[in-house]
Amino acid sequence: MSGNLKTLSQKVWDSHVVREEAGAPSLIYIDLHLVHEVTSPQAFQGLRERGLKVRRPDLTIATTDHSIPTSDRSLPILDPIAKKQVEQLALNCKEFGIPHYGVHSSHQGIVHVIGPELGFTQPGMTVVCGDSHTATHGAFGALAFGIGTSEVENVLATQCLLQRPSKTFRVLVNGTLKTGVSAKDIILALCAHIGIGGGTGTVLEYAGSAIRALDMEGRMTVCNMSIEAGARAGMVAPDDTTFNYLHGREFAPKGKDWDAAVARWKQLPTDDGATFDRQVLIDGDALEPMITWGTNPGMGVSISGAVPEPSSIADPLERDAVSKALIYMGLEAGKPILGHPVNVVFIGSCTNSRISDLRIAAQLLKGRKVNPSVRVMVVPGSMEVKRQAIAEGLPEIFRAAGCDWREPGCSMCIAMNGDQLEPGQYSVSTSNRNFEGRQGKGGRTFLASPQTAAASAITGVVTDVRTLL
Amino acid sequence: MKPFTAFESRLVPLPKNNVDTDQIIPARFLKTTSKEGLDKNLFADWRQDPDFILNTPRGQNAQILLAGDNFGCGSSREHAPWALTQFGFRAVISTSFADIFKQNSLKNSLIPIVVSPEIHTRLFSLREDAKVKVDLATQTLTLPDGQAVEFAVDSFSKTCLLEGIDELGWILKQEPAIAAYEKTRTSTLNTLQPSI
Repeated sequence: MSGNLKTLSQKVWDSHVVREEAGAPSLIYIDLHLVHEVTSPQAFQGLRERGLKVRRPDLTIATTDHSIPTSDRSLPILDPIAKKQVEQLALNCKEFGIPHYGVHSSHQGIVHVIGPELGFTQPGMTVVCGDSHTATHGAFGALAFGIGTSEVENVLATQCLLQRPSKTFRVLVNGTLKTGVSAKDIILALCAHIGIGGGTGTVLEYAGSAIRALDMEGRMTVCNMSIEAGARAGMVAPDDTTFNYLHGREFAPKGKDWDAAVARWKQLPTDDGATFDRQVLIDGDALEPMITWGTNPGMGVSISGAVPEPSSIADPLERDAVSKALIYMGLEAGKPILGHPVNVVFIGSCTNSRISDLRIAAQLLKGRKVNPSVRVMVVPGSMEVKRQAIAEGLPEIFRAAGCDWREPGCSMCIAMNGDQLEPGQYSVSTSNRNFEGRQGKGGRTFLASPQTAAASAITGVVTDVRTLL
Repeated sequence: MKPFTAFESRLVPLPKNNVDTDQIIPARFLKTTSKEGLDKNLFADWRQDPDFILNTPRGQNAQILLAGDNFGCGSSREHAPWALTQFGFRAVISTSFADIFKQNSLKNSLIPIVVSPEIHTRLFSLREDAKVKVDLATQTLTLPDGQAVEFAVDSFSKTCLLEGIDELGWILKQEPAIAAYEKTRTSTLNTLQPSI
């Protein structure tokens, strides 16, 4: 291995090292710090107690997404604890001079949706947020990862973090995706293949023809769930798709600055011959729509597959985990997942709430009705996504089909805001986590793509979208 | 931060793999703006079962949680180690930890101890009242029979914990290096002040 050849993540890392000292982790500079209401209040309080300022409020932006209702925004927030948290973020941003896209801002949205759509997220940057789905921004060739509240405080105060470099792990997705198979299926297949802890300690780099062929929103869907494969970050090398997406966005460089930026960004892709610590191959040609059956995102199968038999698993803890997951999910071992009844369909979250997700769901729902036994929630990722959807007439399509079209936010992905499953209910959800109780205490989640979600909304049971195309 | 000292404790076994942060503290408890009072929400949904280990005498007054593989996967919520430490835990033993949880734990004087599958199995088979000793200074876990098992810990985190060094204070002292870096930095994002 040549010492001069570097991967994408190593290049971004190397250009952000502020200081290295024996016995200590590297001091890394952060280009963009995204802040939301849930993981920041204790960090701002920490600054106050120490009498510190935010070092670079100009490199920090905040939005409100997790705790807010997705119903009528002209109404007050009824949950007093959530209300206080939302108000606290506004106060903190005012006190520390941080731009804030609050509840009534025309730019409000899920933090991982607004960063890219406003052009904040750019190739070669380091991006952090007190949120594990920060990996989303890696779709642009940024090194983006989630941090805890102590680290949020560190970044607010110093714009830096102490970090040790991760190992590199290439995920090569070759071939061409078939009709009905999407970015979500790639990442669910990876989670099923390497498991929820499979990427621990690594930064994933997604490569191969099936990744190149994805648009930016598809790449964001893939990178978003890197954490569900155990990796703190996931990246895609920037290319013309990236530059075309960014060009003209509000905070993207303009004019001569744009040309200079693109020239720099073109240096970022992994050098030919650079080696990775690990590599895994996924055959894009063979990929089927994926769905999870269990209580972590690694517990997934292709849509025509069966729920596993615990008796066939050798490791006792693993066998026990599968048995317990089947009990929680109320599923029978060895049975197909297709045709299982569904109570709720959720189309939204930082994984799948962008305009292309809504378009593909609307395309299926146009001229059709959702099954009367299913409650369908469609939650756009941001005010910008909402505006675009309105311009394209999508809300009318959703409403005519019997869906509930809502205001932007995290909503039923994390169920902090009242949008939640009842105990025992089943959802097909385009979100990222199927942990016990994630979508509401006792709720049971099947994770899938927007196409699978829309198809299941129409039939009322878990459905292979290809039967409706 | 108080310096971390060696201690001896019984183990609270939680023989489950992939315990995620939504189980450690469900998201509905994250609406708080404080760090305090989270111990009552630790494993809130599982604690509704009266037989859950934390509801039994074995789950009380012990400082070590013995967990399955990949403990702490999922979200970045630091509420997870806050809830664990407020409940009284000072170490979690597993065969592996999720990255963000591990970092968050070390910042809150909760030691994530990785052991081999063999030691892991042995620890689960110990008698209920058996105690093990955690010594961060020597990075050893001492089993009831006297066997000392070494564990790895990030050297910087170790120094911070043993000497009670505050990490943010340490970074703040790097101000000249940070300022020098900023002078050389090329940025395409000069301001985030919104136009509307």
